[in-house]
Parts: sequence; structure tokens; C-alpha cells
Amino acid sequence: MESIRLYFKYVKLSIESQLQYKASFIMMVIGHFLITFIEFLGIWALFQRFGNIQGFTFEEAALFYGIVHIAFAITEGWTRGFDIFPRLVRLGDFDRILLRPRTTVLQILGYDFQIMRIGRLCQGLVVLIWAAIRLNIKWTIGKTLLLFGSIIGGNFLFSGLIVLQATLSFWSVQSLEIVNSFTYGGVQAAQYPISIYKPWFRKILIYIIPLATVNYFPAMSILGKTELYNYPIWLGWISPLVGTMFFLLSLLVWQIGVKHYTSTGS
Amino acid sequence: MKPFISIIKIRFNLMLQYRVAAFAGGVTQFFFGMVMIMVLYGFYNSSSGEIPIDYKVAVTYIWIGQAMLGMLPWNGDREIQDLIRTGNVTYELVRPMNLYNYWFARAFALRTAPTLLKSIPLFIVVLLLPKDYSMELPLNMLSFIGWIVTTFGALLISCTITNIINITTLYSISGDGIQRLLSSIVTLFSGMIVPLPLFPDKLKQILNYLPFSGLVDIPARFFTGEIPFYQLFKYFLFQCIWALIIYILGQWILNRKIKDLIVQGG
Repeated sequence: MESIRLYFKYVKLSIESQLQYKASFIMMVIGHFLITFIEFLGIWALFQRFGNIQGFTFEEAALFYGIVHIAFAITEGWTRGFDIFPRLVRLGDFDRILLRPRTTVLQILGYDFQIMRIGRLCQGLVVLIWAAIRLNIKWTIGKTLLLFGSIIGGNFLFSGLIVLQATLSFWSVQSLEIVNSFTYGGVQAAQYPISIYKPWFRKILIYIIPLATVNYFPAMSILGKTELYNYPIWLGWISPLVGTMFFLLSLLVWQIGVKHYTSTGS
Repeated sequence: MKPFISIIKIRFNLMLQYRVAAFAGGVTQFFFGMVMIMVLYGFYNSSSGEIPIDYKVAVTYIWIGQAMLGMLPWNGDREIQDLIRTGNVTYELVRPMNLYNYWFARAFALRTAPTLLKSIPLFIVVLLLPKDYSMELPLNMLSFIGWIVTTFGALLISCTITNIINITTLYSISGDGIQRLLSSIVTLFSGMIVPLPLFPDKLKQILNYLPFSGLVDIPARFFTGEIPFYQLFKYFLFQCIWALIIYILGQWILNRKIKDLIVQGG
């Protein structure tokens, strides 16, 4: 319990230090907003050209996009410590963390909390709200819960991927960019409804990296779309569960990694 | 001219040392390319209307873009930016040569060596992929020549933009915000994420006149035979004019800034 209090203290300090340079902070937030907006322009261009993708309209795809990017923005914010973990290993900072009588996970999570990722979050939110209004979605309690569940599940899934990526640096500092492409490639893939993909690729996204489970099924239920591939409707509800499970599993792998750790000595 | 050529040579050989990093980069590009192709496959499969380019052309276009990523001006020269941040940039000012051209020579090596290391293995792999995902070789030698020539033109534009990024670091120490914004503009408007021919027609007309189209779109369209060879002169001239404009712009900003440069002590 005390560790968790300490974690929030870390977070508070981190946020305060980032807010010290107000102009730079505001620039960063606007920058992140514009960057994600430019990426979104690419999706818009494709829909302008092709009209629809396997029966999904631009507005419907925007709903998927919004959910994924809100979830990923939260991940980027609170797992930044794991994202830059190779640097901690290289500089020997991880040794210092190991010496402290607190768990490594909370210390690394508290190392940096990137509040400026709120730029991506706002953009995701804008897209999501726009999509919801255009689609005229009737927000019942069930649908609202599904939405939050999907965001929470997505966040934990992406966080798990980032932790796994950090764990790899116990073995090699070099190979990181490859895993990075899993995470970012995953975000890219999940911002479209997975039914557009070829079956083998779809299966990877459902069973191996369960991106589809946390995002696709809940969003389909929110849209009230009939299932295209005969997956049961209750799958939308297990999203937070799958995400959290994936995260806990990656923490387990992390613990194994910590045992293997040998300092770089610098 | 001679010192600049030797700078290119030295930097080029140095850059060739980073083979593992290049390999990791190549794998990343492969992943991203695959995700993009999956998305395009979905779009092409669900559209009945007239599409400006065929699916196979779009796939080849995507692979050309991915292979050329290292050549795009999506970041500055790390070492130069560090020199500016630490104040050591003063040493650069003492050198008895034009600072802009010196940085330009460095950019030339930065944009060529890693790209060569990355793109050749990537080309081999993507040529061997199953039919739906593979790159197709040009139909004739002329398309190939057109591609080589315009790739050189793209390189010139890329180096001048890289220098602009370097110079902006002189204005705002961190430079991260502008750099990231510029990189997302470059990747979208060059056609690397969505092939430019697929953009809505009105937007396409504007994008075709921007320098970014010279980075990926023009070489890729020569490679795929979308632009016939006899138009090579026109397109290459377009690239050269933009490179010259940005070159003069960069020289001008740099010279203005140097006059009232305040170097931080320490």
C-alpha cells in the first residue's frame, strides 16, 4: 500500500517538473495533437478514395480509431519509464533502482509520467466524440461500460507490450526497435476494424496479440453491428479482462528478466 | 568541393558500421509495410469504383516508400543537434569552410549509407514474398533508370530539409516539437503512408506541387511505370528546383542566425 502512495508521489513530482516549462509543455501538447491529426488525415484520404472498407463507413472506422488512440495515449503516459528502460540499463540507473527496498515495477512506472501525451488523448477523444455524434449512437449504460472497458483493456494490453519490450533489453539492447514495431504496428493495425484483414492476420490479432479482442469486439457491440465472422457477442465484455491478464503476464515475464539482469558496469 | 567530398566519404564509411541497427530498422520497415499492405488489401477488396492505381502498383509503391524511409528527412543530424545543445557548435563556426555546406555533406552521408544497408535486404525479401504482398520489378530498363535518377533528386531535397531541421535547433534548443511535427508531415505528404495517387483529387493537385512529393511519390511512380520515362526531365527538374529553393532558404536562415548567435557558456 505504501508503495502505491509512493508511486503517486513520484507521478506528482514528474508532472510538476514537466509543468515548470509551461511554454514548452503547451507546444509539446499541441505538437502531439497535430501529429496524430496528420496521421488521421491519411485514413480520411483512403476513405475519400474508396468510400468504405468492407461495409464500414469512415465514421465507424473513426470510432475504432478513437478508442485505440485514447487507450494508447494513456499507455504512453504512464509506462514511459518502461519505454526508455534500455537507457536506464545502459546508464546503470537500473542498479540504483534495484538497491532501493521497493518493487522495480512501481519505481520504473514512477520514473517518468508523460503528461504531454494528453495531446494524443485529446485528438482521440475529438475523433471519438465526432464519430459518436455522426453515428447517432444511443448511449445505454451497457454501451458506456463497454466503451470504458475497451479503453481500459486496450491500455493494459499496450502497457503489457511495452513492458515486454523493456524486458527484452535484459538480454539485448540492440533488438529493441523490432519489438517497438510490434507495438506501433499493432496500434496501426488496430485502428481499423479487423474484419478487413486476411484471415491469418486476423487470427494473430485475436489470439496471439489480442488487440482485436480488446478493441474490435466491444466496438462492434457499441455499433450494434451483426457479427461478420460468428464470434459470440459476449466477447466484447471480456476486453478489460484480457487486457489485464496480458499485462499481468508481461509483469511475470518481467520478473524473470530481472533475475537475469547483469549490470553493464558503467 | 574537395573537402566536402572527403567529409561525405568519411561519414559514409562510419555510417556503414552500424549494421545491427540497420538490420533492426529493416525488420521494422518490413512490419510496417505489411500492416499497410493489409489495410490496402481491405480497401481494394471492398471498392467497386475506379481507382487511380492498381493494387499491385500500390503494393510496390508502399515497399519503395518503406525501403527509402532512411532517406526521408524525418530527423536531424543527432550529433549536430547535440553540438548546438552543449554549445560546442562554436567549434563548427571556426572551421574554414561554409557551415551550411559542411552540414549538407554530413546529411548526404547520413541519408545514403544507412538506407543502402537497410533497403537492399528489404528489397530482396519483399521480392520473394507471396504474390499478394510482393514488390514487382519495373517492366523495362527505362523505368528503372527513371527511378534511379529521381531517387537522386529525392536525396537532394531530403538533405536540404534535414539541414532545415538542424538549423531550427539553433532557434529552439530542444527542437523536438518542430522535428516531430515535420516528420509526420513528411511521411504523410511524401506518400509513404498512403500513396499520393490515392489521395482525393483536389488535395492531390496541391500535394503534387509540394517538395514532399519529390521524396517518395515521384521515384515510386517512375519505378512502377506510372510516369512514362520521357517525362523524366520535367520531374527531375521539379526536384532540383525545390532542392535549390530550400538550399537557398537554409543558407539564408543559417547566415542570419549566426550573426547574432549567443553561445551558452559552460
